[in-house]
Amino acid sequence: MEITLTHYLVLSTVLFAIGLIGVMRRKNLLMLFFATEILLNAVNIGMAAISHYRGDYTGQMFAFFIIAIAASEVAVGLGLLIVWYKRTGKIDLDQMTSMRG
Amino acid sequence: MEVYLYIALFAPLVGSLFAGLFGAYPKMLFTGVIASGLLFASFVSSAILLNYVLAGHTVHVEMMTWIAAGDLYIPFGFVVDQVSVTMMMVVSVVSTVVHVYSIGYMAHDKGFNRFFSYLSAFVFSMMVLVMSDNFLGLFIGWEGVGLCSWLLIGFWYHKESATWAANEAFIMNRIADLAMLIGIFMMYWNLGSLQYDVVFANVATLPMHIITWIGIFLFIGAMGKSAQFPLHTWLADAMEGPTPVSALIHAATMVTAGVYLVVRANPIYSEIPDVGNAIASLGAFVAMFAATMALVNRDMKRIIAYSTLSQLGYMFVAAGLGAYWVALFHLMAHAFFKALLFLGAGNVMHAMHDELDPFKMGGLKKSMKVTWIFMTLASVALAGIYPLAGFFSKDLILEVAFVEQHYILYTVLLLTAGLTAFYSFRLVALIFHGNERHLEHGIHPHEAYSFMLYAMAPLAVLAVIAGMVFKTPYYLMVTNLLPAMTYHIHNHTTFWIMTIGTQLFVIAAITYAYKKYAKAVKVDKKVESGLLYQLLYNQYYIPKIYDEVFSKPYLKLSKLAWKEIDLKIVDATVDGIANVIYQTGEKTHTMQNGNLSSMLRWMVIGLVVLLVLAVAFTAGYNAVNLQAM
Repeated sequence: MEITLTHYLVLSTVLFAIGLIGVMRRKNLLMLFFATEILLNAVNIGMAAISHYRGDYTGQMFAFFIIAIAASEVAVGLGLLIVWYKRTGKIDLDQMTSMRG
Repeated sequence: MEVYLYIALFAPLVGSLFAGLFGAYPKMLFTGVIASGLLFASFVSSAILLNYVLAGHTVHVEMMTWIAAGDLYIPFGFVVDQVSVTMMMVVSVVSTVVHVYSIGYMAHDKGFNRFFSYLSAFVFSMMVLVMSDNFLGLFIGWEGVGLCSWLLIGFWYHKESATWAANEAFIMNRIADLAMLIGIFMMYWNLGSLQYDVVFANVATLPMHIITWIGIFLFIGAMGKSAQFPLHTWLADAMEGPTPVSALIHAATMVTAGVYLVVRANPIYSEIPDVGNAIASLGAFVAMFAATMALVNRDMKRIIAYSTLSQLGYMFVAAGLGAYWVALFHLMAHAFFKALLFLGAGNVMHAMHDELDPFKMGGLKKSMKVTWIFMTLASVALAGIYPLAGFFSKDLILEVAFVEQHYILYTVLLLTAGLTAFYSFRLVALIFHGNERHLEHGIHPHEAYSFMLYAMAPLAVLAVIAGMVFKTPYYLMVTNLLPAMTYHIHNHTTFWIMTIGTQLFVIAAITYAYKKYAKAVKVDKKVESGLLYQLLYNQYYIPKIYDEVFSKPYLKLSKLAWKEIDLKIVDATVDGIANVIYQTGEKTHTMQNGNLSSMLRWMVIGLVVLLVLAVAFTAGYNAVNLQAM
């Protein structure tokens, strides 16, 4: 069986759905980061695949940018997370309610 | 010469602004003095310009561009020609006198500085009105005098009646001004210019019906300012203002602006003699109508106001019949003696502690000799006795009507001349002769300050000599611009019979008034309860009719609009929108509970909604476009 663009896009969608569910359901902040990474990489797969099948490298370039930005985002995010853990000893989402409107 | 033009025009403005600086302060004598001094400068400049115009020149300046857009070009242009210089002289003479007089009259008023600011602003507006070289500039002056009139009628704004009268005058004038604006629009639409010289040179090329409508609309504007029937009620109510205001604005200058407009627009009205006849008929009607109301009124200032109305009617008769120079001449003569009459009435009011009912006065000639002489002179001039001003100007209008073979108008005007003489001397007799009825009310009259009397003296002199001395030079000057019609009754016998007959008739009316009122006042109950007396005393019930027909239904309509439309529809809609937003906020603020997890969930829901919308719109857009293809 030949692997077509559809397969990649379905994979991308499935990963995106997993990521979304993770974002919604997970209470652990670390898990939330993983879910976010899954979301970003789902998009990366879509971009790279479409770029390959269209013979246009713009999409792949975008994918690289996204990887770079995701890495820096995780670095900043993890830094904040460590500070938060040192302060409170917890990384549970439900306890972070200081932004109540 | 241009510099004199600018001094004549702007000196009053400077005076007004200067006095206005101190508007909120208590009385400062120098504001009045400086405003009067600047007015005098304006008068001197006008006199120099008059001399220049008499030598056969005219001055026309374009100060600056005012409106220039596309084909529309209207400059701030001013013209001093034979007609406007006449008006400038009248305005500056009377206003200088009134300013000086007001220093005494308003001496004990809290709003002394404010008063001079308004009064000078009025003179400036009036100067713009008469000096402008285009209809729009005239309109600006026209509105300016309307505004100042409103300010001055309502000068004592704490009095309910004064504010009411001010608003009445303002609103009535707005109604008329709308018509005037339409006339100006039509003129611009058809001729492409509002400059007097362009308009007058080309007006004859227009179709007849358009000229007619322009003439009618302009005249409606004039009717409002000159208080002609049916827009006349404001003038009598305007007497709520301080008396110098009545003298300057509501007798000598502003109310004559309507006559000035018709005289100025004479090339238009010469094309449409039918409209002219209508104007003359209306004028004659108003002359009679107002004179009858003056016969029985018991308010000194209102009597003089009705007399003004009546004389304005005379002027419109002359203007309507094409005798423009006669109208302007009567305007001038009338300004002098009517202002004098009003200022005299002001003296009497001061002496009587603001009592206005002449039936409560009497015998004042002992204590107020000079005022008595002045008011008698003014009344004689008004009645048109030879050789005072009124004889030359008013009898001339009678002759015009006779020569033009409008015998009905002639008869009406002749009768009105008798009525004029009667009510003028009824007033003089009641105030200055007979027993001193005011003593019962504990009033001890005193003569006004002597400088006020000196200020009035020039008017008294002019009221005497204006007709005799000025008539020929005035005629020679003004007929350079206005149609030079002479009105001679060819038959000498007829002329003498008419002149002497009129004089005898007027003298008889005066004698009757003296006989009836100079000794003791007998109140004839039978006459006073009669229908005719009541009709006249209540001003033909016209104020009442206006109240019933216009004011009350309008009030009802306004209340309906307020309670039904404003409260129930407009306010309800606005409140409804605010309520929906408020309620939405109330209901949805639980969303922001500070829990990151639930916020993320909302974010995802938002994303899904946006995605669905994007897909749906794309699909819909494609469907429509593909169908179109």
